[in-house]
Amino acid sequence: MFSDMFVKLWQQNLFLLGVWQTIYLTVISTVFAYVLGLPLGLLLCVSDKDGIHPMPVLNKILSIVINAFRSIPFIILMVAMLPVAKFIVGTSLGNKAVIVTLVIAAAPYVARMVESSIKEVDKGVIEAAEAMGTPPFQIITKVLVPEAKPSLITGAVISMVTVLGYSAMAATIGGTGLGQIAIVYGHQRFNQDIIWLAALLCIIIVQIIQEVGMYIVRKTDKRISA
Amino acid sequence: MAACFFVCQEGSLLIRLQNVTKDFGEGEGQIHAVHDISLTIEDGEIFGIIGLSGAGKSTLVRCINLLERPTSGSVIVDGRDLTTLPQKELLLIRRSIGMIFQGFNLLAQRNVLQNVCYPLEIAGWKKKDSVARATELLSVVGLADRAKAYPSQLSGGQKQRVAIARALATNPRYLLCDEATSALDPTTTQSILSLLKEINRTMGVTVIVITHEMRVIDQICDRVAVIDHGQIAELGAVSQVFTNPQSKIARELILPGVSIAPVFTPGGKRIRLAFNGETTRHPVVASLIMECQTPVNIVSADIREIDGKIYGQTILELPADEAGAERARAWLKQDGVSFEEV
Repeated sequence: MFSDMFVKLWQQNLFLLGVWQTIYLTVISTVFAYVLGLPLGLLLCVSDKDGIHPMPVLNKILSIVINAFRSIPFIILMVAMLPVAKFIVGTSLGNKAVIVTLVIAAAPYVARMVESSIKEVDKGVIEAAEAMGTPPFQIITKVLVPEAKPSLITGAVISMVTVLGYSAMAATIGGTGLGQIAIVYGHQRFNQDIIWLAALLCIIIVQIIQEVGMYIVRKTDKRISA
Repeated sequence: MAACFFVCQEGSLLIRLQNVTKDFGEGEGQIHAVHDISLTIEDGEIFGIIGLSGAGKSTLVRCINLLERPTSGSVIVDGRDLTTLPQKELLLIRRSIGMIFQGFNLLAQRNVLQNVCYPLEIAGWKKKDSVARATELLSVVGLADRAKAYPSQLSGGQKQRVAIARALATNPRYLLCDEATSALDPTTTQSILSLLKEINRTMGVTVIVITHEMRVIDQICDRVAVIDHGQIAELGAVSQVFTNPQSKIARELILPGVSIAPVFTPGGKRIRLAFNGETTRHPVVASLIMECQTPVNIVSADIREIDGKIYGQTILELPADEAGAERARAWLKQDGVSFEEV
């Protein structure tokens, strides 16, 4: 019923390893993408013409750069960024290089996610904070981020799922995980069952990320607590 | 407790706006939201600013704490011109000017106690002290038992009480109220207004009230400025402005729906009587007719009771014969009814 290769991979626990590698790549890359993307997103909001500290020129430049990176399809961006990966982590092969390219691809996406979450914060609340003499930096740390927290977490869940999708493509530059299993053992060796199982495992991972994320949002958001 | 957060210049504890103008936009689409307004708000009073929506009153109140920076003119608070202050000092001054809003503007992710603590955190208070101060203020506004509740669990009136407690946390000398009761039902409005009056009386906080509802002004204000198209149409003691409004806009706000019809009848001159609680206790028109022995014609009348006092106007047509008309005028003067020819 199953192909020989399927049975072999199953016996060697390679599917389980693939799941682990996919989760590992996704989580690490998302975390680093936020390290870059969160400040960028905040800067986008703060420097906006209606923001708490308008800086139109900076805002425009930032916006153009972010849009440029977001316009490049990931598969192209990935190979284009290999020299950068080599510069940063010393190699253009394997998971280290994959993480660098994933972060570069995801950070602009994260910045836009953060921007849209922060922009949802009630203008009146920001005005009240200003009326109470809050300096701009504290408006960010005590008003914008805490008030947008549930929306930021929702954004992080969506970003993580996107990064998981990207990470599968990284199999083409030597990244490991479910993507690699599906392409190398499934597609290239004509084992359809391996492809289906890899797909199923991805669905399960995404479902878990989604459920856990939404549970945290419900626990965090004080606007809907009974 | 009533310490001032900055050095006050004694004898100049008031807010003075001098030729304040605020324009939005440039060129053709420019809007003059506030145009050359000068006024002085005395220490300890409750000052009302009334106008229709779009009259510029919200912009005007935002000019007081420089949430809107005036295009020209100066804003002098306790002897210091805020428009010339560096950002850092402006932030300090703002802690002495509390503000509450129509939309309450509470931090949705903080509970009631944390909301009231917010301005104290910003002012660098120790956690223990700010919790003690916030708890004290919550009992002032009658919400001590809701300290752990979140704004989403409160009614509109309760939210505004939290906002008032928050605005008072840093012991401000002034409290700006921007349409603070406009989103509330009449009963809740009453209780919030009483609270504001009590705060004014017991804490000596000068209260500046922005509203489009005349009964808010009537109930708590000492003086009122009527704003129309970004300018002051009328300014004076509330009793004076309400009894005898001079400007068209003031009449519209005080007696909505009444417009004075042009005179076409061949009869005598028309006069407009303005009523307050004092003069309507006896039947003025009936007494006038009986005592002056002269017939008058009631052209229009609009009397309404506002919070227990009677306000209104009646337009009378005096008799064509001058002697009778003069008798009527003299009688009205003696009776203390304010009137004017229309």
